[in-house]
Amino acid sequence: MWRSCFRLGAGGASFPRRPCLVPAAPVEPGDQAAPAPGLWLLRRAYAPPAGGYEINLDHRKLKTPNAKLFTVPSEALAVAVATEWDSQQDTIKFYTMHLTTLCNTSLDNPTQRNKDQLIQASMKFLDTDTICYRVEEPETLVELQKNEWDPIIEWAENRYNVKIGSSTNIMGPDIPAKTKETFMSLLASYNMWALQGIEFVVTQLKSMVLSLGLIDRHLTVEKAVLLSRLEEEYQIQKWGNVEWAHDYELQELRARTAAGTLFVHLCSESSTVKHKLLQE
Amino acid sequence: MAGLGPPARTLRALLRELRYLSAASDRPYKDTAAYRYLVEAFRAHRVTSEKLCRAQHELHFQAATYLCLLRSTRNHVTLHQEFHGKGERSVEETADVVGLKLPQQPGGKGWEP
Repeated sequence: MWRSCFRLGAGGASFPRRPCLVPAAPVEPGDQAAPAPGLWLLRRAYAPPAGGYEINLDHRKLKTPNAKLFTVPSEALAVAVATEWDSQQDTIKFYTMHLTTLCNTSLDNPTQRNKDQLIQASMKFLDTDTICYRVEEPETLVELQKNEWDPIIEWAENRYNVKIGSSTNIMGPDIPAKTKETFMSLLASYNMWALQGIEFVVTQLKSMVLSLGLIDRHLTVEKAVLLSRLEEEYQIQKWGNVEWAHDYELQELRARTAAGTLFVHLCSESSTVKHKLLQE
Repeated sequence: MAGLGPPARTLRALLRELRYLSAASDRPYKDTAAYRYLVEAFRAHRVTSEKLCRAQHELHFQAATYLCLLRSTRNHVTLHQEFHGKGERSVEETADVVGLKLPQQPGGKGWEP
C-alpha cells in the first residue's frame, strides 16, 4: 500500500532534512507491481510551505521519469497527486494518474518545447476548431450544432472581443489574423506549466474555444466534453450506446480534460496565502 | 455560467469519492491529506450559494473539476476492468473456444526434462 505525504522542497533548507532513501531507479512509467503490503510503512508528515512541494512515497522521494526531483508549486496540486498515488493498489496504473503525468511533462519537458512552440501547438487547433466546423446534413444535427455551439462562439466573441464565426467549408472556418493575435497574447500571459495544461486540454477536446470556456470557468468539464463530442452523442441517441466503447471513451476524455483544467487553474492561481515556485 | 449547483453537494460528492478511494486501503478516508485539505478549504472560504464572490466561485469550480476527475477516473477504471481487463486467454481456453482439446502425453514430451 502506498502512503504519500508532503515534504518541504529544496528551496529553503532552513531546517534539517530528514534522511531519506534515494530510490535506486526512478519511478518508471508502465505498469509495475507494488511490493507486498508489509514492506511499506505508514508515515505521515506535513511541513508548512516555504518552497515547492515534494511528494514522498514511504520514505522515498518521488522523481520524474527523467530522474528529476518531483516538485510542484501548489499545495492543492501536491494533495491531488498524492491522492492519485494513494489510490493505486496492486498495480500502478499510470494511465489513470493524469495529474502526475502532467506534472512530469512540465518538469521534464521531454519534447523540449519552449513557450512559443506550445502556444503555436495550441493555436493550430483553432483553424479546425470543432465548434466552428459544421456539417451540412442531416438537418437535425445541423440544428443541434447551431443550438449548442453558437452560444459558445458568441460568448467567446464577446468575452475576448474577437470574431470567430463558423463554416461548413471543408477548409474550415476563416479565422481573422487579429483573432489569432488576441488569443496568442492571451496564452502568452500564462506560465509554462499552465501552458502545458492548456495544450493538453486543447488536444483532448480538439477545440480552442471550448478550452477557453473551461479556463475561463464558463463551462463545466462535463458540459465541455459533451459539446466536444456533440456529433457522437447525436449518433448514440440515434443508434444506441455501446458501453465498452462510448462510455469508456467518455470517462477517459472527462478524466483527462478535468485533470488538464485543474492543472491549469492550480498552476496559474495566485493568492497571498500560497507561495509559488515555478520551474521554467 | 456553468451549472455547478450548491457547493454543499459538490463537497459531499467529493468526500464520497475520497471514501471510495480509501475503501481499498485500510486507512479511514478522514485521515487522508485530501480530506483535510478539502474540508479546510471549504470551511476557510465559506463556500455558500451566494453568486457574488468570485473567489468562492473559483474554488467551487476547482472543486467541481476535481470531483469530475475523481469520478471519471473511477468509472474509467471500472469500465476497463469490466470490459478490457481480462487479458489473453490461456492455451487451454483458446483450444476450448474452437472445440479442441490439447494433447496429453502422460510421459511428457520427448525433449522436456
